[in-house]
Amino acid sequence: MLNTSRRRVKTLLATGAIAATAALVLSGCGSRADDATAAAAGSSCIDTSGDTIKLGFLNSLTGGMAISEKTVSNVLHMAADEINADGGILGKQIEYIQEDGATDWPTFAEKTEKLLTQDCVAAIFGGWTSSSRKAVKPVVEELNGLFFYPVQYEGLEASPNIYYTGATTNQQIIPAMDFLAAEGVKTLFLAGSDYVFPRTANAIIKLYAAELGIEIVGEEYVPLDKDDWTTQVAKIAAAKPDFVFNTINGSSNVGFIKAYYDAGLTPETTPIISVSIAEEEAPAMGHEVTGNYASWNYFQSLDTPDNPKFIEDWKAYPGSSGVTSDPMEAAYISLYLYKALVEKAGSFEVDAVNAAAAEGGITFDAPEGTVTLNGDNHHISKPGHIGRINADNQFDIVWESDGFIEPDPFLDGYDWFPADVRDALVASAG
Amino acid sequence: MTKFTTRLPLIGIGVFAVLLLVVAPAVLSEHWISNLGKYCCLAIAAVGIGLAWGRGGMLVMGQGVFFGLGAYAMAMHLTLETAGPGALPGFMILYDPLAPLPAFWEPFRSEVFTLVAIVLLPVIVSAILGYALFKRRVKGAYFAILTQALAVALAVLISSTIRETGGDTGLSNFKYFFGYVLNDEANKLMVYLIAAALLVVCLLAVWQFNRSRFGELLVATRDAEERVRFLGYDPANIKLFAFVVAAVMASIGGAMFVPIVGIITPQEIGASASILMIAGVALGGRASLFGPALGAMAIGWGQSSLGSSWPEGWIYILGLIFIFVILFLPMGLSSLFDRAKGLIRRSSDEPGPATPELREVVK
Repeated sequence: MLNTSRRRVKTLLATGAIAATAALVLSGCGSRADDATAAAAGSSCIDTSGDTIKLGFLNSLTGGMAISEKTVSNVLHMAADEINADGGILGKQIEYIQEDGATDWPTFAEKTEKLLTQDCVAAIFGGWTSSSRKAVKPVVEELNGLFFYPVQYEGLEASPNIYYTGATTNQQIIPAMDFLAAEGVKTLFLAGSDYVFPRTANAIIKLYAAELGIEIVGEEYVPLDKDDWTTQVAKIAAAKPDFVFNTINGSSNVGFIKAYYDAGLTPETTPIISVSIAEEEAPAMGHEVTGNYASWNYFQSLDTPDNPKFIEDWKAYPGSSGVTSDPMEAAYISLYLYKALVEKAGSFEVDAVNAAAAEGGITFDAPEGTVTLNGDNHHISKPGHIGRINADNQFDIVWESDGFIEPDPFLDGYDWFPADVRDALVASAG
Repeated sequence: MTKFTTRLPLIGIGVFAVLLLVVAPAVLSEHWISNLGKYCCLAIAAVGIGLAWGRGGMLVMGQGVFFGLGAYAMAMHLTLETAGPGALPGFMILYDPLAPLPAFWEPFRSEVFTLVAIVLLPVIVSAILGYALFKRRVKGAYFAILTQALAVALAVLISSTIRETGGDTGLSNFKYFFGYVLNDEANKLMVYLIAAALLVVCLLAVWQFNRSRFGELLVATRDAEERVRFLGYDPANIKLFAFVVAAVMASIGGAMFVPIVGIITPQEIGASASILMIAGVALGGRASLFGPALGAMAIGWGQSSLGSSWPEGWIYILGLIFIFVILFLPMGLSSLFDRAKGLIRRSSDEPGPATPELREVVK
């Protein structure tokens, strides 16, 4: 009995010791929120002494988004090979480190931190979903790294540490709405996946629709990983809209198009305009999607000087899917844009690269045409195109914007967008 | 010999504590400290699973629920702290700038409320759930399926309430941790040390619990519930207590996960995350003291190192290890240690006590 109680005392002592250590640590020397001398961001460890420069590629090679992101990863490899064959960046060969984001947003954050602090890469390329970008953003901002994001997104963001080579809202969503207005559309139904991009995009669509005099007759969301759209499509059939605006992402689109086709809806009576169905995705939906529309900046069918070579090179590249599409083209742009930035800066240092961007005048002859980087918001100018899906699951261009559209992520040039919302968003830097 | 073997776990915990709290910060880089911190959080949840499943025989397949309660309580507080007094979190402005802060967020502005909630929320949820299930004598596969379904339900609920909870994107972008700037090496180390110390405290608690009469009763309930009932105890109460303790540990693990990893999403608390927690415990040895914690840390390490060098292969490796362990070492890797101890005992011709570690439960 005595023995037991002595043991108890020892346990208590040990627990107390640990609690004391913890308390001691708590009162440690770290900076507090109200400290004026908060620690500076982590210093860079980019190694430029050798013949190579390390870059990080961060794409989901496993999980639900792998089907889309493997293509982005692959085209980044192709661009790196091309640049290396051409002499590299500032005479240094690209040595890329491929990481798997695993369709898991904390993994994206963890790998970003690893690439920047362990591998000391000069820049990171990748991401697809807005959620993955939002996971990466605080990490690159904290460590003062660079992240190149290649997919169209919902806008309302401009981080000094991120370069956006996909479309912001005024380069994809707003052109799509302009197209609908030109078509004389009066009623619109919104269908989207339940996450940040469709929710935000639809909030913007509703504001612009009110301006254009288009009535929103319904709005439905289904989680990203759910494929059953039967109930929601029944609501579309009942609402009989002039057009359906589709912001569904990933494989959920296959379920949506199937339900749409099975319900007897056709492009003649109820056409769909999508912002996430491209050449890569369309074959999975076969003839059921034929005749519907998509809004992108790049299509394989675009007639530009640099497109034929890009398509040819991609078809010949090992592991290629055989078709080119907007997000992979934007990823291709991102690496060349980085090369142009570094060569203008004459340095791989993040601050020097950003300074070169701010000076302006960075352009690249991309497959979609010559794009120009906006040094203030780190987005690029892009042409708007609407394509109609033909029997070969390719797109016939049916509408194009009046020249290249300047990126306007916070919709400053659109007075229907409420100024107080813009101000609140800029202030929260969310 | 006997004295030595009873003290062995305590010495083990001491060595473990020194490794985590003294050696690791001295030798590891900031990156690996943050990773180790994450493994510690998963290990805290695993220690609880070891108690409920290994000792109590309750296959808790939905610990993600409690992990999530703690994580989201902490994440809501840190989000509000980052937004500043009276302000809306950034993501809420994005979806609807005019609507007010949801009512259930409001109390999480308080530091004290948050800390209390991290402990009390899982107690309330697990006590209600456990009471309903154990009093009705729900057990085995039915219990496992129920807890698993709850994890799925919570993940779906969070995913579908994007403005209220951040949805599938989750909560991230935390700048402060109870007044401390998170982007600061000393503070990051402090957060890690808290997580590591909590793990050691949980191990001590479980060790103490296992030695107590209640711990004996729990094992007895696991192995022969009816007999325990006939002896005049209520197995439901015994199981309920272990279940609640496991829930609180999962919640604490979740709460520390947030400042260390910097983001929480429904994916981290859903079905597959819950199963991965179970996998770590099974790998390490569910009925042993260190097995669950070390198993969870091993899985975490495998995921961040092997998952990095060979992403497509890692999940197969994990699967193969799992099959191997189930087939040849049903009580996990730690049973190797016990077998070794058994051999020593047999060679010295000393009859060893029938420790619960040696009992293989087939259920």
